[in-house]
Amino acid sequence: MHEVVITGVGLVSSLAEGADANYARLREGAAAVYDRDALAPFPIHPLPALDYGELIPKKSDQRQMEPWQRLGVYAAGLALKDGGVLGDVGVLSRTHMIVAAGGGERDIAVDEAIMTGVRAASDRGAYLNEQLSNNLRPTLFLAQLSNLLAGNISIVHGVTGSSRTFMGEESAGLDALGTMVARIRAGDVDIGLVGAAYSSARSDMSLLFGFAGSLLSGEPAGVWSRAARGGGMILGSIGAFLLLESRAHALARGARIASVVGPVLSDRSNRQPGAAAGNARRQWSTIEGSLAPGPVGLLSGATGVEPVTAEERAFLAEIGARRDIYVRATGARIGHGVEAAAPANVGLAALALREGGFFPPFESGTVEREAAEPPSQIVVTSFGHWRGEGMVLIQRDRGGQA
Amino acid sequence: MNLVDSRGRPTVVVTGIGIVTSLGVGKAENWAKLTAGQSGIRRIRRFSTEGLRTQIAGTVDFVAPPGAHPPDRSFALAEMAAQEAIDQAGVKQDGAFPGPLFIAVPPAEIDWSSREELSADLPADAPVTYRALIEKSFGRRSDLQRRFLFGGVADRVADRFGTRGSPVSITTACASGATAIQMGVEAIRRGETDAALIIGTDGSIDPETLVRFSLLSALSTHNAAPEEACRPFSRDRDGFVMAEGGGALALESLASAAARGAAILGVVAGCGERADSFHRTRSNPDGAAIIGAIRAALDDAGLAPEEVDYINAHGTGTPENDKMEALACAAVFGERMARLPISSNKSMIGHTLTAAGALEAIIALLTIQHGVLPPTINYLDPDPSIPLDVVPNVARPATVRAAMSNSFGFGGQNACLVFRAAP
Repeated sequence: MHEVVITGVGLVSSLAEGADANYARLREGAAAVYDRDALAPFPIHPLPALDYGELIPKKSDQRQMEPWQRLGVYAAGLALKDGGVLGDVGVLSRTHMIVAAGGGERDIAVDEAIMTGVRAASDRGAYLNEQLSNNLRPTLFLAQLSNLLAGNISIVHGVTGSSRTFMGEESAGLDALGTMVARIRAGDVDIGLVGAAYSSARSDMSLLFGFAGSLLSGEPAGVWSRAARGGGMILGSIGAFLLLESRAHALARGARIASVVGPVLSDRSNRQPGAAAGNARRQWSTIEGSLAPGPVGLLSGATGVEPVTAEERAFLAEIGARRDIYVRATGARIGHGVEAAAPANVGLAALALREGGFFPPFESGTVEREAAEPPSQIVVTSFGHWRGEGMVLIQRDRGGQA
Repeated sequence: MNLVDSRGRPTVVVTGIGIVTSLGVGKAENWAKLTAGQSGIRRIRRFSTEGLRTQIAGTVDFVAPPGAHPPDRSFALAEMAAQEAIDQAGVKQDGAFPGPLFIAVPPAEIDWSSREELSADLPADAPVTYRALIEKSFGRRSDLQRRFLFGGVADRVADRFGTRGSPVSITTACASGATAIQMGVEAIRRGETDAALIIGTDGSIDPETLVRFSLLSALSTHNAAPEEACRPFSRDRDGFVMAEGGGALALESLASAAARGAAILGVVAGCGERADSFHRTRSNPDGAAIIGAIRAALDDAGLAPEEVDYINAHGTGTPENDKMEALACAAVFGERMARLPISSNKSMIGHTLTAAGALEAIIALLTIQHGVLPPTINYLDPDPSIPLDVVPNVARPATVRAAMSNSFGFGGQNACLVFRAAP
């Protein structure tokens, strides 16, 4: 069994561009950045200004993508750069890739014009056909297509070992990580790129996530404090990619090892009361078997959607009563990035372990409390807003042979 | 046969298959029609094709009501195919499938009929905006959230068949079905599970999906004679024909299948994949990624090129695909490619997109099992630049011990699978 290490982290959020800058902003307790107007009444964490040309040199490539793809290709470039393989054709041609993706931005103006026009049309079908044929840009389809984030990463960065895309919201991000880790452990893959991107300023997604009331409206609040208002997500623009390798491969090329990947667990419950916590308890019992003595950091992917967030909070209080666990729900600072949520939290865990620091509580007076010392092991949780429960253990690198 | 392959990994076998296409439901009906050279392509009746350049498709109109939304149709196709596969495998434990689900499923999107339904209650004279739709539906339509989430179809299939763990929804464009099979094979080889349920499903034909491919000039416009529209490897091929379908495979370790005395339909001997970095919709003219995927599949199977008896082609009928596929096959199989049979099911069932890799893998397995090569129909005007034995127009008996199935997709996706006869 090969040990899997993280050697590169690429992260963009509303707080900052770059993994180190995000880590630093979160460490210093920087306030969350909100855009309250773009999708009012739902606040979002917006995309920061990025100089895409840094990592996507060709303007023609940039034009072929919608914002989520550009964000993802950029963040993937950051991870490759952090791992020291950006532009290394030899390594990239045998680097495998799993991307977690939803779909791309729709052309909102075109949709609204057609939705309005079709109501007065005498021939509904003919009108729809004519409008779609005349107003959809041919390139928009490719900019929306789920597997074209991966496709663009191949084109722009030259990652061509293989390319797979998983869908399925939060679980997709976790399962992308879990699958790549399993492939490396089995010795089928030496080096792999995993990640996702979510662009928050999308009214088509407000419609989708609004159907079940899964968005918080009005004044922003931390994820643990939304229950009285019915709960809900505050979506955040996040691009998060991880470069994973077998320890032997990382050592052979002299890579800097940020952290070591432990168990990656992912499951699905029917979300009957207690079902999600039941999965979490089973997963925790597996994780506990891999924990070293000492405190545990815990980066929660809690979405703020209720009642599952309350279930996670109760579960965390329960395990926190048995050992020192420092919970931090990153959603309170960078928002919820759906497919990108778990990769972002794993990336932040890797950074914290590499730097030997940890984050102050993001929401004091809740299940989050001050850390007495920086943990050498961090658990990432993922309770999907609709389905899927997962847990990942990331540990500080203590050196070791291939 | 050995319980492990030449690399010491568990041998992966197929113990159940299920198939739904525009030709009909089930193995028997589909195989009879495929070997009779019948086409399932017809004029689209589901929606108005007024003003569209392409008005034909291989729609499956018998699995869901005419007004069904695309994800519901994809679910119905998946359910029907999976039921047939699980029944044949006889693999249930406590009423549930004893392994994970890997499902190739089209990206979900709120469709136009849903948008229109949601706007029906809005004032007639006001413009319809997303904001207005959100105000009207917020917190009141959780049914639509489940329908249109990207993991929604997988969630329903997992509930329906009781598969284990987190279901994985896969999209590698037109290679998705092959990737799903590869995921299942890998999970069994790693010893994570003894069985896996693999599904490829696509019920996504609606006005917008048709227009999108049409705008990329990818579709055949031979509207006058739908059955003759898809002409893989012909000089006058002019594009692919969109189609729907569902295919399911119960994969198992040979050890597990043998222990319970299950009938074995075939062996998944090898999987190969490569990403192409050349262009969003076109292969690098050197064919390196396709060649790499084919070679990787053969290597994974421990087979020499000479041991492959038949190729189930991706064979879309677009000028670009068929040329590149022929070029890559020639590079791998050499001068033998002039005699090695390669046929395209898409000439009959159209391009089932997300489902294609799974459906065509199933047809490759049926080919091995029955010893009959399904034809490439509509092959009346051979393309002289790609001389191939496409099993022209009429099915042909042949002994097939090993078959390859190719799948390629937008975004640089290339996946190949190798199947062998049951031990």
